[in-house]
Order: sequence, then C-alpha cells, then structure tokens
Amino acid sequence: MRARFPRPRRRELLTGLGAALIAGGALALFAALPGRPGQTAHAAANPAATVDIHNFTFVPGDMTVAAGATVVWKNGDDSPHRIAAVGGGYASPALDSGDSYSHTFAAPGVYRYICSLHPYMRGTITVKPATGS
Amino acid sequence: MSDRHQSASTGAVRLGRRGLLKCMSWAGAGVVWSLGGGVPRMLGPLGTAAAQAASTELTFVQISDSHIGFHLPPNPDPAATLGEAIAKIKAMPQPPAFLVHTGDISHLSKAEQWDQAVEVIKGAGEQVYYIPGEHDVADAGNGAAYLQRFGKDTQGRGWYSFDVGGVHFIALINVFDFQPGFKSAGLAKIGDEQLEWLEKDVAGRSASTPIVVLAHLPLWTIYEPWGWGTADAGRALAYLQRFASVTVLNGHIHQVIQKVEGNVTFHTANSTAFPQPRPGSAPAPGPIKEIPAGMLGKYLGVRTIGFRSGAAAPALTDSVLLG
Repeated sequence: MRARFPRPRRRELLTGLGAALIAGGALALFAALPGRPGQTAHAAANPAATVDIHNFTFVPGDMTVAAGATVVWKNGDDSPHRIAAVGGGYASPALDSGDSYSHTFAAPGVYRYICSLHPYMRGTITVKPATGS
Repeated sequence: MSDRHQSASTGAVRLGRRGLLKCMSWAGAGVVWSLGGGVPRMLGPLGTAAAQAASTELTFVQISDSHIGFHLPPNPDPAATLGEAIAKIKAMPQPPAFLVHTGDISHLSKAEQWDQAVEVIKGAGEQVYYIPGEHDVADAGNGAAYLQRFGKDTQGRGWYSFDVGGVHFIALINVFDFQPGFKSAGLAKIGDEQLEWLEKDVAGRSASTPIVVLAHLPLWTIYEPWGWGTADAGRALAYLQRFASVTVLNGHIHQVIQKVEGNVTFHTANSTAFPQPRPGSAPAPGPIKEIPAGMLGKYLGVRTIGFRSGAAAPALTDSVLLG
C-alpha cells in the first residue's frame, strides 16, 4: 500500500523540477487549448505537502493531509536526519543536508514519526479521507 | 550546569553520595586521569602518561565518531582527521593490543563511507573491535547494512563480548531501539533480549574480573532533551554492580565527560571528526562550526586505556590531535 520513493539526488531533483516545469507548461498549453480542459485540475489533485527540517525540528510538527497525499520531508539542517515511522511501516535512509524523502499516505489515520538519529524529534501526519471518495 | 547533570542522571542511574559529589569531571584536553578506587585524580601532562602506559600489561586505544561522509564546517574532510588520529596511535612508544571504535564510523551508513573508514584505520596495523552508532544503522533497512558488514561474529543485533589479558570486554548496542513510546523521552534502549544475554554473559565470572563496556550512547543520562542517555541502562549496570572494576567507554556526544559511581566509571570520548556543544549549551546538538582556522585538532582526539598489574581499574589518557 505504501509506496517508497528513492531519495532523489540533487541533480535528479533539478532534472525533475525542469521536467515538471516543462510538463506544467505543456499542461497549461493544453489547458488553454479548446477541448482539452481538466488536465490542470488532475495535476493539482495530488499535491505534495512539505515538512521542513530546521534546527532539529519538523516544521510543521503536525500536518493534516488527504488520503493519497505525498508528504515530502526536506532536510535543511547541517546534520543528517532520518524519518522513521513509530511502530515501523516506513523509514527513509539517512537524509544528508539538502536531501529529501517522500512517502505517500494512502489510508486515513494518525501517523507518528520520529528522527531515528535524534529520537526526540517527533511529528504527526493526520490523514483524512479524500474528499469525494 | 552540574546541577542539571545530577538531576538528569537519577532517572537512569542510581547515584550514591560519592557519585553526586564526584559526579561530573570535565576533562581538560591533554591531561591524564588515573582511576584508582573509583575516583579520578589528575596525574599530570601527557608526557608522563606515555611513560606510564609503557609499563602497563594491557593497553588499548579507543577512537570514536569518525563520521566519514560528513563534509560541512568545521571539518570538510573527516577522513584526514581520522588519519591524524591513526598516525598518533602509530607513534605510540608501545603499540596497543587493539583498537576499539565506539560507533558513528560513517555519517550516513553508506558502504563507501565504511570502506574509507576501514581503509584509514587499517593504517594502524591493529585489530579493531567496532560497534555501531546510530549513524551506522541509518540505512533504509534499519541497520541491515551494518550488521551484514560488521556483525558476523556477534549476537542478536550486533552485541558481543571477548576477553583479553584477563579483562572482560562487553560490546553493548544501544542505537537500535529508539521507540520506547511516543510520549516518553526519546532515549535509546539496550532492550530485553540483549539485557538477558548480558546477564548470562557475566553470570559465571569472578567479581574480580575487570569489566570494560563499550557502547555508543552514554549509559547514564547526560542530557535527556538531546537524547544523551540510555533508557534501560540501570538494568545493565545492575548486572555489573558486583564487579570490582567496571569501565564504560562510549562516544556519541563528541566530547570528554566522565562520571564515577561506586565501582563504575563512565567516560564519553572525543570524536575524530567534529566537536559538539556542551550539554544544553546550544539550541541543538549539531556540530560546533565556529572553530578558528587550524584549531580543529584541539577538539578531536583518541583515548588510551591501560591496565596495570595489581591495579583493578585502568588508567585513561585522553589526548587531542593538536596537543
């Protein structure tokens, strides 16, 4: 059920970003064309929610998302951090400074996580049922 | 600051009167501590120590927290500073019997980081006993990579014991079980399985056998808000209480702090990569970045442990890379 994403490298992130911009541009073009509506709406249906890691703190510490949402953790510290679900389920590799990790939450529930390198760092993802489902 | 340490200590470790009085000894760089009768005394500068170490029956060296793969200030090249530490060990007048590395060999649990660390440490030409730090079990497989590489002759999740020169060494692993419950303190645990193994491991031994415990995280709670402690250390220490001399060597906090409690002495070690703040003295326990150029070696070091004949407790020498 839970997808695990490989940790994107910086270059891949940049490439991905470029591709996304191009794709976004293409979608915008398509959307602007008569008879091709809806594609931008589809692209916006699964937005990534971001948890920033700063000064050994998850920001925001508590986040609420809709089922199916992907949460991205970005390490902005000069120390590595590692996302680990309380009770298991998913865990990132160690995230170096600037690295990101993402996890998609398919089912509603309350998901607690810690940094396994600094286990006093904690956060919660609350997953609500997706609207319309 | 010592008030905070003492109150923080009571959760994990029973403190006697002497423990409270003698609790925290901040070791200055490059001095010698002799541990006789459970109370450290300062003996003198490093030169004296070298002479003393030469007459010991068993000498070994502790290195810790090499963090190969770290690449930011204050140390863009921790392999180089690890190399300096190894050079210091090679220059010892009498080679040590072996080295112990008390964890955080790598920064990010990557094979190439362990490769580089092992290659540099090999330069000492000595046998090395490794234990993992939490940075060594931070792969997506929750430590599988470390155990596959370093865990061959170990029990459970990497613990083991061995005997050299009449001294019993116990390698405790306290970097796996970080989830005692979401609402309790984020302290690591040794865990029931390992504690049961420890109880059996020491059961038949004479109380006069000197014990050396290797662990990555401290076995007393130095600063709970930063997770600098081990939740169930008290149970491990209870199994060791009857021994005349117990020396606990750990890493993790990148600075030398010592504590005495009865026959048990606790010693955290310097890193070979970068220093960390004194407990609670900074918003977070990350690396100290602001170090004057060329002075990093004053904050990094190695430790020599020597057992003399007739003396129950070993003599410890902490020396910095830039003395």
